[in-house]
Amino acid sequence: MKFPVKAVSLSMIAAFAMMGCGKEAPPPPTPAAAPPPPPPLVIKLGHAAPLTGPQAHIGKDNENGARLAVEDANAAKIKFGGRDVKFELMGEDDQADPKQGNLVAQKFVDAKVNAVIGHLNSGTTIPASKVYSDAGIPQVSPSATNPAYTAQGFKTAFRVMANDVQQGKVLGEYAVNNLKAKTVAIIDDKTAYGEGLASEFKKAATAAGVKVVAEEHTDDKAVDFAAILTKVKGKKPDLVFYGGMDPQAAPMAMQMKKLGIKARLLMGDGGCTSEFIKNAADAAEGHYCSLPGIPYEKMPGGPKFIERFKAKYGDIQLYAPYAYDAVMVVVDAVKRAQSADSARILAELPKTDYKGVTTTITFDDKGDIKDGAISLYVAKGGKWEAMDTIGGPPPGPAPAEPLAGMSGMSGMGGMSGMTGPKGMGGMSGMGSMQGMSGMAPAAPAKPAAAAVPAVPAKK
Amino acid sequence: MGDCQPIIPAVDIFLQQIFNGLTLGSIYALVALGYTMVYGIMGLINFAHGEVVMIGALTALATAKALLAAGVPPPLVLLLALLVATLVCMALGAAIERVAYRPLRNAPRLAPLITAIGVSIVLQQVAMLVWGRNYHSVPQLLPAGSYEILGAQITEVQLIIMAVAASTMLGLMQLVNRTRLGRAMRATSESPAIAALMGVDANRIIMLTFVIGSGLGALAGVMVSANYGIAHYHMGFLLGLKAFTAAVLGGIGNLAGAMVGGLLLGIIEALGAGYIGDLTGGVLGSNYQDVFAFFVLIVVLIFRPSGLMGEKVAERA
Repeated sequence: MKFPVKAVSLSMIAAFAMMGCGKEAPPPPTPAAAPPPPPPLVIKLGHAAPLTGPQAHIGKDNENGARLAVEDANAAKIKFGGRDVKFELMGEDDQADPKQGNLVAQKFVDAKVNAVIGHLNSGTTIPASKVYSDAGIPQVSPSATNPAYTAQGFKTAFRVMANDVQQGKVLGEYAVNNLKAKTVAIIDDKTAYGEGLASEFKKAATAAGVKVVAEEHTDDKAVDFAAILTKVKGKKPDLVFYGGMDPQAAPMAMQMKKLGIKARLLMGDGGCTSEFIKNAADAAEGHYCSLPGIPYEKMPGGPKFIERFKAKYGDIQLYAPYAYDAVMVVVDAVKRAQSADSARILAELPKTDYKGVTTTITFDDKGDIKDGAISLYVAKGGKWEAMDTIGGPPPGPAPAEPLAGMSGMSGMGGMSGMTGPKGMGGMSGMGSMQGMSGMAPAAPAKPAAAAVPAVPAKK
Repeated sequence: MGDCQPIIPAVDIFLQQIFNGLTLGSIYALVALGYTMVYGIMGLINFAHGEVVMIGALTALATAKALLAAGVPPPLVLLLALLVATLVCMALGAAIERVAYRPLRNAPRLAPLITAIGVSIVLQQVAMLVWGRNYHSVPQLLPAGSYEILGAQITEVQLIIMAVAASTMLGLMQLVNRTRLGRAMRATSESPAIAALMGVDANRIIMLTFVIGSGLGALAGVMVSANYGIAHYHMGFLLGLKAFTAAVLGGIGNLAGAMVGGLLLGIIEALGAGYIGDLTGGVLGSNYQDVFAFFVLIVVLIFRPSGLMGEKVAERA
């Protein structure tokens, strides 16, 4: 560990101090915000997502969403004290790889961006958040849903999508109450997102009385699932849960059909794409997925956004509206701050109350979106058909409570700790986290501690 | 209630895992043959081979889509798509050899290895620009039927893949061992300089080897995309890595070794994923699938450094 916790808290204190006195004088690291008045004030926004590799299509979708938002913000001709404000998007490729994600983060810091939109994956977002926190750069992730992201205590970390505690809980309860599953098999892709979601699902489902008959793992580059699916078939589950993204989910659905598995897939947001339907074709029929938020069509600004996005970039893949809102939340904070200074933007972000395309965005004290809704879909007749929306702006199932619970489990420790019955859960959790553990301060100690009790718990 | 009988495997499940392993193994073998051909002649690991497979798959797909849209009957589409893909890949193979490897023929061995990786990255990015980042679903051109044997499913596509892999290997062995070209290949493999003295045009032979290997890559690409139903610009990377592993396991440079290594790797992966969890009482799960496969590779290489069938140097392609 190169970064002792002390250093983190010091830098946070520094950030606080900056917020405190920000009103009078935007102090030291003030990049583009500085004196010279006439030329337009440029506000640089970094955007990080995988633009190459298996998830490139989803990453590009995010970037397009962000780009549309930047164009809209510039078209609005915002001015501070007579100076034009111009937003610029700096799009970088993090390859969905935690190591690359940190390089990109460092690049943003060096380029003195004023805020960061991203990253797309939890696995890249969590380690990068440490870099942004140290540099005092606000970060709004459109789509990282692993609870650990906002549980690290960084004042710079925000997200505009409900986290996996909320999503996993809804999925687990839905599997039991609505889909009437008695036995489930759980498959994940060993990423921070997939594994995190799967373990939240497992917790909720077992609490609701479901028996987990198989737990299998693949990775986020695999295309062949015949072996694990055959094993799953032998255990005859009522439902197969998959925590992962669509590049795996689509061939998985096809291979399930080939193997004659009757059970349906239940997936989180990563599988909830038009690509899944397109690629799995007739094998997609009848599978379920969930998406944080409400269906695109029912979003406050949904239909209009879809139309505009389509005209420019084609079909929405997955998170484009969230990327759009993430940018707009920052633009909104910039407007209120009347400044390009990161510290001032940061001071405004917690006060966000922004009517976005996806929903009305407000943050809780951790930086999670308040009252995030979760919607469930079923693949029917070649498209995702909305079934139910659970939670959401009107009161909802008290999101404050599971979040408070998370802080006790602190970061990734929570994730590996709760896979106790699997025995090796703690270790596999650590394995997949290794790429990032060097960066996330609370992480390394916790999984180890959690893994110890996990082994006897199995016996 | 799914009763958990951890150790005694059900017959249908076991058989299904064997089928899974054989299919996966045949795919690895088909790609591994391409690696092994080139290595056998010039001792070069052509890391761009995985990307050639990908280009083959995507070219065949693009051709097939165009032809289907023009109303050509499916069996003819398959043949034409395969033909176009093979020709494109052959040309690509020749170009790669000419541009990236021939100028480095006498350079230290590390240099062509680096250009191979470079070519691989370039091909991937070019494919991304041409075909985009999205996954492409592959139209069903091969027969789609499936058979049930003792409760296990096997599809016609899987049977075709196994047959193609086996016959490709046998065909290549005939080519190398029984033909004039094969004799020239073996001579070049032993010593390009002395082969040249005997009147063999070593450059031509090496070029031909690349062309044949890349043509096989196209065939492999079509089979892979037909089996999984999707194609993507990134599909060649992992496949290439696994196939390379299979080639090393079987003894790189040896044609039968590529087949044996591929099948073995496929079956180890399938059985590993299927049974490690139950055999170890849940301590190790299917997340150790790859670990298991590479563990076997390490063990084999410790005891047989040149791979399972690597010692028959005379049979090197």
